[in-house]
This record gives sequence, C-alpha cells and structure tokens, in this order.
Amino acid sequence: MPVIEVTNLHKRYGDRIAVHDVSFRVERGEIFGILGPNGAGKTTTVECVAGLRVPDGGGVSVLGLDPRRDAARLRHRVGVQLQESQLPDRIRVREALDLYASFYRAPADRDRLLADLGLANQRNSAYRSLSGGQKQRLSIALALVGNPEVAILDELTTGLDPQGRLETWELVEQVRDRGVTVLLVTHLMAEAERLCDRIAVIDAGRVVAIDTPAGLVGRVVPEQRIRFRPDGELDDGLLADLPEVTSVRRVGGQVVVTGTGNVLHAVTSVLARSRIVVADLRLDQPTLDDALLRLIGPEADR
Amino acid sequence: MTGFGRILLVETRLQLRDIPMLVFSVALPTVILVLLGAVPALRRPDPLFEGHSLVAYLAPSLLIISLAMAGLNALPNVLAGYRERGVLRRLSTTPAAPVSLLAAQLVVNLAIAVLGAVLLIGVGRLFFGIPLPRAPFGFAVAFLLGTGALFALGLLVAAVARSTRTAAGLSTALNMSTMFLGGVYLPRFLLPDVVVRIGDVTPPGVRPLLDAWSGTPPQPAHLAIMATVTVLAGALAAKLFRWE
Repeated sequence: MPVIEVTNLHKRYGDRIAVHDVSFRVERGEIFGILGPNGAGKTTTVECVAGLRVPDGGGVSVLGLDPRRDAARLRHRVGVQLQESQLPDRIRVREALDLYASFYRAPADRDRLLADLGLANQRNSAYRSLSGGQKQRLSIALALVGNPEVAILDELTTGLDPQGRLETWELVEQVRDRGVTVLLVTHLMAEAERLCDRIAVIDAGRVVAIDTPAGLVGRVVPEQRIRFRPDGELDDGLLADLPEVTSVRRVGGQVVVTGTGNVLHAVTSVLARSRIVVADLRLDQPTLDDALLRLIGPEADR
Repeated sequence: MTGFGRILLVETRLQLRDIPMLVFSVALPTVILVLLGAVPALRRPDPLFEGHSLVAYLAPSLLIISLAMAGLNALPNVLAGYRERGVLRRLSTTPAAPVSLLAAQLVVNLAIAVLGAVLLIGVGRLFFGIPLPRAPFGFAVAFLLGTGALFALGLLVAAVARSTRTAAGLSTALNMSTMFLGGVYLPRFLLPDVVVRIGDVTPPGVRPLLDAWSGTPPQPAHLAIMATVTVLAGALAAKLFRWE
C-alpha cells in the first residue's frame, strides 16, 4: 500500500485553477519530490495532502486515511514543515521544541534532535536571534519532534546559503534513513537531483512526468555530447558509422560527437584502436535542468 | 483544546519577556497615580470631583489604561502577528488545536489587566487613602463585564484586520478613543458633558466602575450595555476570525 496516494486532485481558488489534475503515489521510505516552477500548484498539492485545504475534486489518502476526515489521527503521524511559517520572536529553541513535543504521544528525543540538527548550542537562543538556516532547521525539527511516519517539507532550503543548503540536504537524508517517508516540494533542480528517489514534475497544475531523476533525464534528453581535440588526423566517418553516434561535427579545432547509450565507450574505443591521442576530452551529460527545460519549456515561455 | 496547559505556560513566559509591554499595561496606571498622589492638594476631597479626592476620582480612569493596553493593544496585535507569521497555521498541522493559543492569549492578557488593577487599587489604598471598592461584588461584575467588552472588541480587531499593520492601526484608534472617553487624557470634569455621558457607557464603562468603587451599585443598564458589547463583538469575532 502506498503511504501517500493522490488521485486526480483538482483545486480552484475562485476562478483560478491551481491544480488541474495531479496523481501520484509515494511508497514507504522514499523521498518523493514535487518539482516545478513557481505557481505550478506544488504547494497547493501538498497542502491538500497535509489536510490544510479541501480538494475540489479527486482523492487524497495518507497512510490509508483521509486527510480531512481523519485529520486528528493523521496529525499524530504526519509532520509538516510549511513554507513561510515562523514562530514568536521571543520563544527559545528548546522551549519551542518542548512545546511541540508536548502535543504528541511519543515524541522524539529532543536533545538528540537538537544535536542532529546542529542546534545544540542555540537551545536557549530566542527565535528572532537565529540565522535563516537555524530557523529553517528548527522548523524541520518541529516537523520531526512527533516521530512522524511521513514528513512533508515545503521549499525547505529557500533563503539558505549554499553551506546551509548542503547541511539541510544531509539532514533530510538522515531523516529518510530513520525510515520516515518524505514528501519534498522544491523548485531547485539540484535539490531534487540530490535528494529524491522519485520526482513528479508539475507544471500549470498538471503532472508532466514521474520518474527517478536519472530516468527523467534519460527519458527526456537521451543525447550525450562528447567534445575533444584530436592530436593528428581523424576520419569523421570512423565515428559516424558507430551505431551509438547520431552526429559528428567540427567546431573550430574541436570534434563534437552526439549520441546515445554508451557512446563514450564506443568513441574512445575507436580512438584507441586508431591510435589517435585526444586532448580536452569532455562529456556533457544532460542534467535535470535540461530535462526540465524540455518538459516545461524555458522560463520565458511560461 | 489539546495542549492548552503547555501553550499557556509558554505564552505566559513570552509575555513576561516583553518588558515594555508589561511596564505599559501593568505599571503605568500606578506610576501615574503615584505621581499625582505626590501632590497633597490632589489627595483632598473636593466637590468638583463628586466629593472624592482627585486621585480617587481618577483611579477608575487609570484602570482603563491596563484594560485597554491588554485587551485592545496586546491581544489583537499578538494574534494578528501570529496569523501573519503562520504561527496559527503551523499549529494547525499538529495535534494541538490553534484555538488553545487564542484561549491562552485571552488568559494571559486577562491576568495582566487584573494585575494592573490589583496594583493600582492596592497602592491607592496603602499610600493615598483611596478606599477599596466599597461595593466589591458590584465592582467585580463591572470590572469583568467591562474587561469582557474590551477583550471582545480586541478579538474583533484581530478578526477583521488582514495584516498586522491594519491591526495596529485599528487597535491604536480604538485604544486612544477608549482612553479619551474614559478620562485618561483629560480628567472627566474637564470634558464636555456629552463626552462624559458617552464615556460612562463606552467599554469598559468608567461610570459603573466609579459607582461601584464609591459604594453605589452599578446601574443594570450600564452593565447590560457591557454584556451586550461582549456578546455581539465576541460572536462577530468568532464568525469572522480566520486562522490564516
């Protein structure tokens, strides 16, 4: 049974349709990403999953329960980290954690949580004196203090510097390693690529694709590009004849080969057999960025 | 109201850390009383002040400072801030009920209002010969109903204000008019008669407080007005209040 199942979710705000038709299933123990441009309907989707909004159509099931009807039971089992939600200025880190822990039947070990989140030295600091990254980590701690089976994390690295982002990513991986199923909303490719086992790409309120990060890249942008500078004569036909190669071009002194599958191995084998030494060999592998660009178009078209 | 006890504890601590707010709401009325009471002439009874001394005559008005600061200033601004910053929304994703936070805020601010009143009455009695309220029961009823009316208005401000800025503007306007009508800025004998009459029955109702303090049972009509405001504003606030 999937931990989260969303079927044909539809949500309007007045005339504006935020979510047209979104379906996905999240399996136990995975980090499932919802990736898409701003305004694609990501947050609305997870808010329906979290029981904060009532869908206008379709179904949502979390741990086999209905987020609205069984809200009281689910709040014990699902931890939610919301975008742009803060705490009172004067509350202290440990105080906030103790307060939230008191809401749950079997809360997590707070000292360990603080240590895991790198907040042990800030335990007596007031919320307003924390840095952006510390606030974000406290917010994640609050989502985890109830020992949830599912954690919903919305845009968790927004406003963090690269170092803070990296630390937060490591943290989410630790959370998953504890057996928590994570539903992660992000608009950052790097974040999705690094963390997610699977990704649903959402654009304009619809799911465009669901796959692993590598699967998305391979499916949408199967081509790889190899560039090198041959030392000596090279007959382009040698490479063009290879089944993996789709094109061979010359750009200045460079040879640019595009192809699919294990094209790098095929090309380097031919070069080795022909005893051609190459310099500046580079393989441009498509990234999730490229895949997303193909899936939802460049920013300017949106 | 899951989590109420713990939330109340935390809200109390947060309030105690807000020193300027504590000074304004709890101590300010007593400080003013002490300053005025230091002038001997103002401690003598005078027909101008309905036979009381000026400090005794002003005490109910000074009481209004505590009530208005707690109910019309702190309460709506803190709640609007909690909503704007997503504190209430965040709480609604946990097993705790966000209404617990609202209730805790009411309790904390009520405690502040009571504390301010007790301090004022105690210092007035000990140092300036202002008698304790001579109709204690009537005074308690007038105090509770007047406070209830002010707090209900404060909740209404929190309910209708879409942002903390609007809440701050509305609460300041209400706060200042309440204090003016209650004779905080200008002693009531200097105010035009019509303003005094309006002030008599504007929450928290300086007339029923003064009556009960000097031993006359508060007029039922005055108390009824406070009760009506409490119920109407409270119901409207409950209907309009948004958690996000």
